[in-house]
Amino acid sequence: MKVIVNGEPHELPAGTSVAAAVAAVSAAPSGVAAALNDEVVRRASWEATPLRDGDRLEVLTAVQGG
Amino acid sequence: MTVTDGTTRDDALVIAGEEFGSRLIMGTGGAPSMQVLREALTASGTELTTVAMRRVDPAARGSVLDVLRECGIRVLPNTAGCFTAGEAVLTAKLAREALGTNLVKLEVIADEHTLLPDPIELVEAAEQLVDDGFVVLPYTNDDPVLARRLEQVGCAAVMPLGSPIGSGLGIRNPHNIELIVERAGVPVILDAGLGTASDAALAMELGCDAVLLATAVTRAQAPATMAAAMRHAVEGGRLARRAGRIPKRRHAQASSPFEGLASM
Repeated sequence: MKVIVNGEPHELPAGTSVAAAVAAVSAAPSGVAAALNDEVVRRASWEATPLRDGDRLEVLTAVQGG
Repeated sequence: MTVTDGTTRDDALVIAGEEFGSRLIMGTGGAPSMQVLREALTASGTELTTVAMRRVDPAARGSVLDVLRECGIRVLPNTAGCFTAGEAVLTAKLAREALGTNLVKLEVIADEHTLLPDPIELVEAAEQLVDDGFVVLPYTNDDPVLARRLEQVGCAAVMPLGSPIGSGLGIRNPHNIELIVERAGVPVILDAGLGTASDAALAMELGCDAVLLATAVTRAQAPATMAAAMRHAVEGGRLARRAGRIPKRRHAQASSPFEGLASM
Protein backbone atom coordinates (compact mmCIF):
# COMPACT_ATOMS: atom_id res chain seq x y z
CA MET A 1 0.00 0.00 0.00
CA LYS A 2 1.06 3.58 -0.56
CA VAL A 3 1.03 6.11 2.30
CA ILE A 4 2.31 9.67 2.48
CA VAL A 5 4.66 10.27 5.42
CA ASN A 6 5.66 13.90 5.92
CA GLY A 7 4.76 14.66 2.34
CA GLU A 8 6.80 11.81 0.84
CA PRO A 9 5.22 8.69 -0.70
CA HIS A 10 6.19 5.42 1.00
CA GLU A 11 5.40 1.86 -0.12
CA LEU A 12 4.64 -0.09 3.07
CA PRO A 13 3.29 -3.58 3.77
CA ALA A 14 -0.46 -3.72 4.44
CA GLY A 15 -1.21 -3.37 8.13
CA THR A 16 1.89 -1.32 8.97
CA SER A 17 1.24 0.52 12.24
CA VAL A 18 1.66 4.22 12.98
CA ALA A 19 4.42 3.16 15.41
CA ALA A 20 6.40 1.44 12.65
CA ALA A 21 5.96 4.34 10.22
CA VAL A 22 7.07 6.86 12.86
CA ALA A 23 10.09 4.72 13.74
CA ALA A 24 11.12 4.79 10.07
CA VAL A 25 11.56 8.59 10.17
CA SER A 26 12.49 9.27 13.81
CA ALA A 27 14.42 7.34 16.42
CA ALA A 28 13.63 9.92 19.12
CA PRO A 29 12.17 8.27 22.25
CA SER A 30 10.10 11.36 23.08
CA GLY A 31 9.28 14.84 21.84
CA VAL A 32 7.55 13.52 18.70
CA ALA A 33 3.86 13.56 17.78
CA ALA A 34 1.91 12.10 14.89
CA ALA A 35 -1.25 13.12 13.03
CA LEU A 36 -3.05 10.65 10.77
CA ASN A 37 -5.22 12.39 8.15
CA ASP A 38 -5.25 15.57 10.30
CA GLU A 39 -6.16 13.82 13.56
CA VAL A 40 -3.67 13.43 16.41
CA VAL A 41 -2.89 9.82 17.28
CA ARG A 42 -1.87 9.52 20.92
CA ARG A 43 1.47 7.80 21.42
CA ALA A 44 -0.23 5.08 23.48
CA SER A 45 -2.29 4.18 20.38
CA TRP A 46 0.52 4.12 17.81
CA GLU A 47 1.07 0.34 17.96
CA ALA A 48 -2.63 -0.46 17.69
CA THR A 49 -3.36 1.96 14.84
CA PRO A 50 -2.86 0.44 11.37
CA LEU A 51 -2.25 2.60 8.31
CA ARG A 52 -4.46 2.21 5.25
CA ASP A 53 -3.76 2.78 1.59
CA GLY A 54 -3.73 6.51 0.78
CA ASP A 55 -3.30 7.65 4.41
CA ARG A 56 -1.37 10.83 5.18
CA LEU A 57 0.83 10.71 8.27
CA GLU A 58 2.55 13.79 9.68
CA VAL A 59 5.33 13.27 12.24
CA LEU A 60 6.39 16.46 14.03
CA THR A 61 8.88 17.53 16.65
CA ALA A 62 10.09 20.76 18.25
CA VAL A 63 12.68 22.88 16.46
CA GLN A 64 14.16 26.32 17.12
CA GLY A 65 11.55 28.98 16.49
CA GLY A 66 9.47 31.87 17.75
CA MET B 1 3.70 45.37 46.68
CA THR B 2 6.52 47.63 47.84
CA VAL B 3 10.03 47.34 46.53
CA THR B 4 12.31 47.88 49.47
CA ASP B 5 15.64 46.51 48.39
CA GLY B 6 15.64 47.16 44.66
CA THR B 7 15.21 43.50 43.72
CA THR B 8 12.32 41.91 41.90
CA ARG B 9 12.45 38.60 43.75
CA ASP B 10 9.03 39.14 45.33
CA ASP B 11 7.52 40.04 41.99
CA ALA B 12 6.72 36.88 40.07
CA LEU B 13 4.92 36.76 36.75
CA VAL B 14 1.83 34.56 37.12
CA ILE B 15 0.29 32.95 34.03
CA ALA B 16 -2.75 30.74 34.65
CA GLY B 17 -1.62 30.17 38.23
CA GLU B 18 1.99 29.31 37.34
CA GLU B 19 4.74 31.54 38.71
CA PHE B 20 7.77 32.65 36.73
CA GLY B 21 10.61 34.55 38.37
CA SER B 22 11.77 36.08 35.11
CA ARG B 23 9.62 38.44 33.09
CA LEU B 24 11.68 37.85 29.98
CA ILE B 25 10.40 35.04 27.77
CA MET B 26 12.92 34.15 25.12
CA GLY B 27 12.30 32.55 21.77
CA THR B 28 14.79 30.12 20.28
CA GLY B 29 14.39 31.22 16.65
CA GLY B 30 17.30 32.62 14.69
CA ALA B 31 20.27 31.36 16.72
CA PRO B 32 23.24 30.42 14.52
CA SER B 33 24.05 27.33 16.61
CA MET B 34 22.87 25.35 19.62
CA GLN B 35 25.92 26.55 21.55
CA VAL B 36 25.11 30.22 20.92
CA LEU B 37 21.50 29.52 21.86
CA ARG B 38 22.55 27.82 25.09
CA GLU B 39 24.75 30.77 26.10
CA ALA B 40 22.06 33.32 25.23
CA LEU B 41 19.32 31.48 27.10
CA THR B 42 21.52 31.22 30.18
CA ALA B 43 22.46 34.91 30.05
CA SER B 44 18.82 35.94 29.58
CA GLY B 45 17.71 34.29 32.82
CA THR B 46 14.52 33.18 31.05
CA GLU B 47 12.38 30.40 32.50
CA LEU B 48 10.13 29.90 29.47
CA THR B 49 11.20 29.48 25.86
CA THR B 50 9.34 29.14 22.58
CA VAL B 51 9.90 26.38 20.04
CA ALA B 52 8.21 25.67 16.70
CA MET B 53 6.68 22.38 15.55
CA ARG B 54 8.00 20.97 12.27
CA ARG B 55 8.27 17.66 10.44
CA VAL B 56 11.03 15.50 11.90
CA ASP B 57 14.30 15.63 10.00
CA PRO B 58 15.88 12.15 10.09
CA ALA B 59 19.28 13.76 9.43
CA ALA B 60 19.04 16.26 12.33
CA ARG B 61 21.82 16.11 14.92
CA GLY B 62 20.96 17.42 18.41
CA SER B 63 17.60 18.80 19.45
CA VAL B 64 16.60 22.14 20.85
CA LEU B 65 14.74 20.12 23.49
CA ASP B 66 18.08 18.77 24.75
CA VAL B 67 19.31 22.35 25.24
CA LEU B 68 16.17 23.33 27.14
CA ARG B 69 16.46 20.26 29.34
CA GLU B 70 20.10 21.06 30.14
CA CYS B 71 19.22 24.66 30.96
CA GLY B 72 16.13 23.70 33.01
CA ILE B 73 13.86 25.97 30.96
CA ARG B 74 10.17 25.25 30.38
CA VAL B 75 9.03 24.89 26.81
CA LEU B 76 6.36 27.03 25.16
CA PRO B 77 5.42 25.56 21.77
CA ASN B 78 4.12 27.98 19.16
CA THR B 79 1.92 27.59 16.09
CA ALA B 80 4.20 29.66 13.86
CA GLY B 81 3.56 29.23 10.16
CA CYS B 82 -0.17 28.55 10.53
CA PHE B 83 -2.54 30.61 8.38
CA THR B 84 -5.89 29.19 9.52
CA ALA B 85 -7.56 28.32 12.80
CA GLY B 86 -7.69 24.68 11.76
CA GLU B 87 -3.95 24.48 11.13
CA ALA B 88 -3.18 26.22 14.41
CA VAL B 89 -5.46 23.97 16.45
CA LEU B 90 -3.96 20.78 14.98
CA THR B 91 -0.42 22.11 15.50
CA ALA B 92 -1.22 22.96 19.13
CA LYS B 93 -2.61 19.47 19.72
CA LEU B 94 0.51 17.90 18.20
CA ALA B 95 2.68 20.10 20.41
CA ARG B 96 0.76 19.06 23.50
CA GLU B 97 1.19 15.41 22.55
CA ALA B 98 4.90 15.76 21.73
CA LEU B 99 5.92 17.98 24.63
CA GLY B 100 3.43 17.22 27.37
CA THR B 101 2.42 20.83 27.99
CA ASN B 102 -0.92 22.62 27.80
CA LEU B 103 0.80 25.93 27.14
CA VAL B 104 0.65 27.24 23.59
CA LYS B 105 1.78 30.46 21.98
CA LEU B 106 -0.98 30.85 19.44
CA GLU B 107 0.11 32.39 16.16
CA VAL B 108 -2.20 32.60 13.16
CA ILE B 109 -0.69 34.87 10.54
CA ALA B 110 -2.37 36.52 7.57
CA ASP B 111 0.49 36.47 5.05
CA GLU B 112 4.22 35.90 4.75
CA HIS B 113 4.98 39.50 3.85
CA THR B 114 3.84 41.16 7.08
CA LEU B 115 3.57 38.09 9.35
CA LEU B 116 0.76 40.04 11.03
CA PRO B 117 -1.91 38.08 12.90
CA ASP B 118 -5.22 37.34 11.15
CA PRO B 119 -7.64 38.50 13.85
CA ILE B 120 -10.64 36.44 12.67
CA GLU B 121 -8.76 33.15 12.51
CA LEU B 122 -6.91 33.99 15.74
CA VAL B 123 -10.07 34.41 17.82
CA GLU B 124 -11.60 31.28 16.27
CA ALA B 125 -8.50 29.21 17.11
CA ALA B 126 -8.30 30.69 20.62
CA GLU B 127 -11.89 29.69 21.35
CA GLN B 128 -11.34 26.12 20.20
CA LEU B 129 -8.10 25.71 22.14
CA VAL B 130 -9.49 27.21 25.37
CA ASP B 131 -12.45 24.81 25.09
CA ASP B 132 -9.95 21.96 24.69
CA GLY B 133 -8.14 22.84 27.92
CA PHE B 134 -5.13 24.71 26.56
CA VAL B 135 -3.47 27.64 28.30
CA VAL B 136 -3.58 29.97 25.32
CA LEU B 137 -1.09 32.83 24.93
CA PRO B 138 -2.09 34.57 21.70
CA TYR B 139 0.28 36.64 19.59
CA THR B 140 -1.96 39.53 18.56
CA ASN B 141 -2.08 42.90 16.87
CA ASP B 142 -1.66 45.98 19.06
CA ASP B 143 -5.44 46.43 18.99
CA PRO B 144 -7.11 46.99 22.38
CA VAL B 145 -10.47 45.70 21.14
CA LEU B 146 -8.99 42.48 19.80
CA ALA B 147 -7.00 42.03 23.01
CA ARG B 148 -10.21 42.33 24.99
CA ARG B 149 -11.95 39.75 22.79
CA LEU B 150 -9.07 37.31 23.28
CA GLU B 151 -9.30 37.75 27.03
CA GLN B 152 -13.09 37.26 26.90
CA VAL B 153 -12.75 33.90 25.14
CA GLY B 154 -10.47 32.73 27.96
CA CYS B 155 -6.88 33.36 26.90
CA ALA B 156 -4.44 33.27 29.83
CA ALA B 157 -2.52 36.33 28.57
CA VAL B 158 -2.47 38.64 25.58
CA MET B 159 0.69 39.22 23.59
CA PRO B 160 0.47 42.34 21.42
CA LEU B 161 3.23 43.01 18.94
CA GLY B 162 5.51 46.02 19.26
CA SER B 163 6.10 45.93 15.49
CA PRO B 164 6.31 43.19 12.83
CA ILE B 165 8.20 40.00 13.70
CA GLY B 166 11.94 40.30 13.24
CA SER B 167 11.76 43.97 12.20
CA GLY B 168 13.58 45.41 15.22
CA LEU B 169 11.43 48.55 14.85
CA GLY B 170 10.56 48.64 18.55
CA ILE B 171 7.13 49.69 19.84
CA ARG B 172 5.39 51.57 17.02
CA ASN B 173 2.23 52.37 18.96
CA PRO B 174 2.95 52.84 22.67
CA HIS B 175 -0.47 54.44 23.14
CA ASN B 176 -2.27 51.26 22.08
CA ILE B 177 -0.06 49.16 24.32
CA GLU B 178 -0.99 51.42 27.24
CA LEU B 179 -4.69 51.07 26.38
CA ILE B 180 -4.34 47.28 26.34
CA VAL B 181 -2.53 47.30 29.69
CA GLU B 182 -5.13 49.58 31.32
CA ARG B 183 -8.03 47.25 30.57
CA ALA B 184 -6.41 43.82 30.74
CA GLY B 185 -7.30 41.37 33.49
CA VAL B 186 -4.64 38.91 32.32
CA PRO B 187 -0.89 39.44 31.84
CA VAL B 188 0.12 41.55 28.85
CA ILE B 189 3.29 40.28 27.20
CA LEU B 190 4.89 42.50 24.57
CA ASP B 191 5.79 40.14 21.74
CA ALA B 192 7.66 40.85 18.52
CA GLY B 193 9.52 43.73 16.96
CA LEU B 194 11.91 44.64 19.76
CA GLY B 195 15.37 45.62 18.58
CA THR B 196 17.41 46.50 21.63
CA ALA B 197 17.36 46.84 25.38
CA SER B 198 15.66 50.24 25.53
CA ASP B 199 12.68 48.76 23.64
CA ALA B 200 12.30 46.09 26.31
CA ALA B 201 12.58 48.68 29.09
CA LEU B 202 9.90 50.81 27.40
CA ALA B 203 7.54 47.83 27.17
CA MET B 204 7.85 47.29 30.89
CA GLU B 205 7.56 51.02 31.66
CA LEU B 206 4.31 51.09 29.66
CA GLY B 207 3.00 48.49 32.11
CA CYS B 208 3.49 45.24 30.25
CA ASP B 209 3.90 42.25 32.56
CA ALA B 210 6.59 40.59 30.45
CA VAL B 211 8.45 40.71 27.16
CA LEU B 212 8.86 37.95 24.58
CA LEU B 213 11.70 38.31 22.11
CA ALA B 214 14.04 36.19 20.03
CA THR B 215 15.83 37.71 17.07
CA ALA B 216 16.83 40.88 18.93
CA VAL B 217 19.08 38.50 20.90
CA THR B 218 19.77 35.59 18.58
CA ARG B 219 20.73 37.80 15.62
CA ALA B 220 22.65 40.39 17.65
CA GLN B 221 26.40 40.49 17.04
CA ALA B 222 26.99 39.16 20.56
CA PRO B 223 23.82 37.22 21.47
CA ALA B 224 24.73 36.36 25.07
CA THR B 225 25.67 39.98 25.78
CA MET B 226 22.40 41.23 24.29
CA ALA B 227 20.53 38.58 26.30
CA ALA B 228 22.06 39.98 29.49
CA ALA B 229 21.14 43.50 28.37
CA MET B 230 17.53 42.43 27.83
CA ARG B 231 17.42 40.76 31.22
CA HIS B 232 18.54 43.97 32.94
CA ALA B 233 16.28 46.12 30.77
CA VAL B 234 13.20 44.10 31.68
CA GLU B 235 14.08 44.27 35.38
CA GLY B 236 14.86 48.00 35.14
CA GLY B 237 11.70 48.79 33.22
CA ARG B 238 9.61 46.82 35.71
CA LEU B 239 11.13 48.66 38.67
CA ALA B 240 10.60 52.01 36.94
CA ARG B 241 6.95 51.17 36.32
CA ARG B 242 6.44 50.20 39.94
CA ALA B 243 8.32 53.27 41.16
CA GLY B 244 5.98 55.58 39.24
CA ARG B 245 7.51 58.00 36.78
CA ILE B 246 7.23 61.77 37.18
CA PRO B 247 4.67 63.54 35.03
CA LYS B 248 5.99 65.03 31.81
CA ARG B 249 6.14 68.85 31.80
CA ARG B 250 6.47 71.30 28.94
CA HIS B 251 8.90 73.53 30.84
CA ALA B 252 11.77 73.10 33.22
CA GLN B 253 11.24 72.80 36.97
CA ALA B 254 14.28 73.48 39.14
CA SER B 255 15.14 70.91 41.74
CA SER B 256 17.47 73.28 43.63
CA PRO B 257 15.81 75.93 45.80
CA PHE B 258 15.86 79.53 44.63
CA GLU B 259 15.74 80.71 48.27
CA GLY B 260 19.03 81.46 49.92
CA LEU B 261 20.95 82.34 46.77
CA ALA B 262 24.02 84.45 47.45
CA SER B 263 23.76 88.03 46.31
CA MET B 264 26.30 88.48 43.52
